[in-house]
Amino acid sequence: MAVVEIKTPIKKKERKKLRAGDHVRISGIIYTARDAAHKRMMEALEKGLPLPMDFTDEIIYYVGPCPAKPGEIIGSAGPTTSGRMDIYTPELLDRGLGGMIGKGNRSERVINSMMSNDAVYFACVGGAGALLQDCIKSVEIIAYEDLGTEAIRKIEVEDFPAIVVIDTLGNNLYETERKKYTNKLWI
Amino acid sequence: MKKIGIQQIIDHVAEMCIEANTFLSEDMMEGLHRAKGSEESENGKEILETMLCNFEVAENKNIPICQDTGMVVMFVSFGQDLTIAGGSLEEALQAGVAKGYEQGYLRKSVVADPFIRTNTGNNTPAVIHYQVVPGDGLKIKILPKGFGSENTSALKMLKPSDGMAGVKEFVLQTVETGSPNACAPIVVGVGVGGTMEKAAIMAKEALSRPLGKHNPLEHIEALEDYLLEASNALGIGPMGLGGINTVLGVNVEVFPTHIAGLPVAVNISCYVNRHVEREL
Repeated sequence: MAVVEIKTPIKKKERKKLRAGDHVRISGIIYTARDAAHKRMMEALEKGLPLPMDFTDEIIYYVGPCPAKPGEIIGSAGPTTSGRMDIYTPELLDRGLGGMIGKGNRSERVINSMMSNDAVYFACVGGAGALLQDCIKSVEIIAYEDLGTEAIRKIEVEDFPAIVVIDTLGNNLYETERKKYTNKLWI
Repeated sequence: MKKIGIQQIIDHVAEMCIEANTFLSEDMMEGLHRAKGSEESENGKEILETMLCNFEVAENKNIPICQDTGMVVMFVSFGQDLTIAGGSLEEALQAGVAKGYEQGYLRKSVVADPFIRTNTGNNTPAVIHYQVVPGDGLKIKILPKGFGSENTSALKMLKPSDGMAGVKEFVLQTVETGSPNACAPIVVGVGVGGTMEKAAIMAKEALSRPLGKHNPLEHIEALEDYLLEASNALGIGPMGLGGINTVLGVNVEVFPTHIAGLPVAVNISCYVNRHVEREL
């Protein structure tokens, strides 16, 4: 299986080349955020305050890592379910967010927003927290430190393995792959 | 009369929390190896391979398999002739969880109030189900429950006329909606009968029954087989990206119920189906 190397930040032109089903290895800076950080960012926007950072062409990784053991920089760090962020995601896509890494399907509203903003959604293997921790080379909390595991972290990853599951055209691997293996004799 | 000191309970619970989050039980490992052998989808095969590889990394580095180290659910079977020395059993069990999550560098995922949502900082409280039994034993079963899969679980109060067909339909519906988000291949715990909360508790405890071990009742064993095959015909596959391994096992428990009811609870666990049991 061919693997596409991705270097972050990822510009529109590069994002448009990716297709659902592509296996990728991501290297560079990405940002962690999950439920509580998203909620806080939306509250900031509602009050007319700026976001803690500019997300243009950046990738958000939906993760709440374990604490780091002595000698490590971070604990296990696999993806969380992306669907819980669906309600907040279009706001960030409209502000330039280029991609997201998580697990599970997205809402129609998110997919439509991804298509109009040329954004990409990647999935990595849920539960593989120990393996993915190995790809993280540096960690820095940049906002909402009081949220603990849910704080926004700037992390540097190297060869982080993921699959493009929804591309800029709205092709969705969750829809297309399942059909190939459905046994109609049973359904 | 047999006595157990609270410190002994705290230490055991702490160890069990760390053990459950770092090593997966034999039956689950075997189930995943079998799935990898039978999987037809290329994505599915690669994902299963990654999952197995992750277990090795977790074991070698002695870190949690998954960053969602769960909210702890405990099933405690307490012998009525046993004396707990030095304090309260409930406090000792909770202190054990706090100690394990701190010492094991496990993620603290519990918020104090469902609306205010401030982290309690030590992963307590655990949800503890007690059963008082004859004798002087103390059996503790620990299930750290991740919420990617917990969120896909469901309960329905069916009518008696819905019968076996209604139960099958509800379980399959829950699997179909939930498994892409729940880190498939999943394990499905089902509780049928009793009252609303009894069905839910049975479904939870059913997750700790080893894979491949059937319910001793013949018609329930047949139901488990049916649900397993029908679920895997859905095509959802590992992580929802297509394949013939959506479910590793279906464990169904039943209990007497009311003439007017047929409660059904479906509790879903991801493939990191953690459970550890000790008798003190």
